Amino acid sequence: MEATFYLSGAVAVAATLMVITRASAVHALLYLIVSLLAVAIIFFVLGAPFVAALEVIIYAGAVMVLFVFVIMMLNLGKAAAVKEREWLSPGMWVGPSILSALLLAELIYILVQNVQDMQGAYGGAPISSGVVVDSKEVGIALFGPYLLGVELASLLLLAGLVGACHLGWHTEPRFGSHSASRSDGAGS
Amino acid sequence: MNEWAIIWANLILILAIVFAFSAMLSWIERRLLGLWQDRYGPNRVGPFGVLQIVADSIKLLTKEDWIPPFADRAVFVLAPAIVAVTTLLAFAVVPIAPGIGVVDLNIGLLFFLAMSSLGVYSIVLGGWASNSKYSLLGGLRAAAQMLSYEVFMGLALMGVVMLADSFNLRDIVAAQENLWFCVPQILGLATFAVAGIAEARRLPFDLPESENELVAGFHTEYSSMKFGLFFIGEYVGITLISAMIVTLFFGGWLGPLLPPLVWFLLKTFIVVACFVLLRAALPRPRYDQLMAYGWKVMLPVTLVNLLITGAVVLSTA
Repeated sequence: MEATFYLSGAVAVAATLMVITRASAVHALLYLIVSLLAVAIIFFVLGAPFVAALEVIIYAGAVMVLFVFVIMMLNLGKAAAVKEREWLSPGMWVGPSILSALLLAELIYILVQNVQDMQGAYGGAPISSGVVVDSKEVGIALFGPYLLGVELASLLLLAGLVGACHLGWHTEPRFGSHSASRSDGAGS
Repeated sequence: MNEWAIIWANLILILAIVFAFSAMLSWIERRLLGLWQDRYGPNRVGPFGVLQIVADSIKLLTKEDWIPPFADRAVFVLAPAIVAVTTLLAFAVVPIAPGIGVVDLNIGLLFFLAMSSLGVYSIVLGGWASNSKYSLLGGLRAAAQMLSYEVFMGLALMGVVMLADSFNLRDIVAAQENLWFCVPQILGLATFAVAGIAEARRLPFDLPESENELVAGFHTEYSSMKFGLFFIGEYVGITLISAMIVTLFFGGWLGPLLPPLVWFLLKTFIVVACFVLLRAALPRPRYDQLMAYGWKVMLPVTLVNLLITGAVVLSTA
């Protein structure tokens, strides 16, 4: 179990590195999908199969498809890739690298502290506690103690839905100004 | 040691049977279409034309495997593999009979949904990497169509999950001991079947490759075995959707007299035949009709189904 965790973790990190260094947008998106799949496997190994499945269905299978869809519509050709490569000059990396290195150092420090605490408390490996959280337990938690969060999220989604509906609403006739086409226009 | 032998035998046999059946399906489909359209269909190679697929694969393998110079090479090669891999992986959770099946996953149903949602990439990326206008249009249609139909594909199955109280496909089959779910979940069955046809990109929902306006849609630029993989992937997809319909709504391997395996294969074959009959019977809708049908008819129907099922489950609990 531990080996699969480290292996998929390494895949996730490597794929994410590729995401930010690719010049072609579609290639970067493909690496991001691989990274999300690796994260799903990490969730599965850690004993959260329900979250793992949702990660694949929602992030890798729906959100990223929309990303790919939009990038395809933009039809970025070779010229865009060349321009992108120019922007990715070594000088550009300095600032973000220092900031992320600081964050990484902080994260490693916290993790090491955490591991020492855990070993103090349980005396075992901190990665796989061996507890598998069933989908039923996730549901009970969501609609029990976290009901307010679920309701707030649904409100947010509703707001998004109303906004999208408003943006997509046709205020003028769709097919020119023919009076005949007015009758079948959607919502005018 | 013995356990491992059984697991491996299961794995290899299922893979072989799924592949062989999917390959044979191209012949079965053409013969059935011929029957319903009052003509013969392919009947030259071997008895009744059974060996047609052998002739077809020899032809596909010996064709030039051409990658267009304007295509995105890596993605172009990767795309046809994705559909074959995801559909075959999804077969891992299908419970064929007691003791026959690759894995018994607690989130089996979600795994199936995840794999079928990843299958979209094959079509979308194939269309994009070909770098031709027909393919791109096919890819765009596929992305919009499969995303829209995936939404209520998942929702249509939640009624079954409510009744069976589990995501595990074996539990779902066991829960149909007394009554197949096609009776209480008739709306779920109808919507899942429609979504399944759209996911497998079968006529009447084969707009991504509609040959009379887009040449061959997303696989216009593909030739040889790369085209063959798309082709096989589509047939494996039909077999998968049929097997899932049988598992979720028609009691899987359950049935009197005959052994469970025979029941499962028989039911799956009948559903596959219905898919072929649909192709023979229905014309292709216009693209905006397809999207409007999905969002304005199917989605509300699945929501009503969920509402009713939830009310019934609550009142009888």
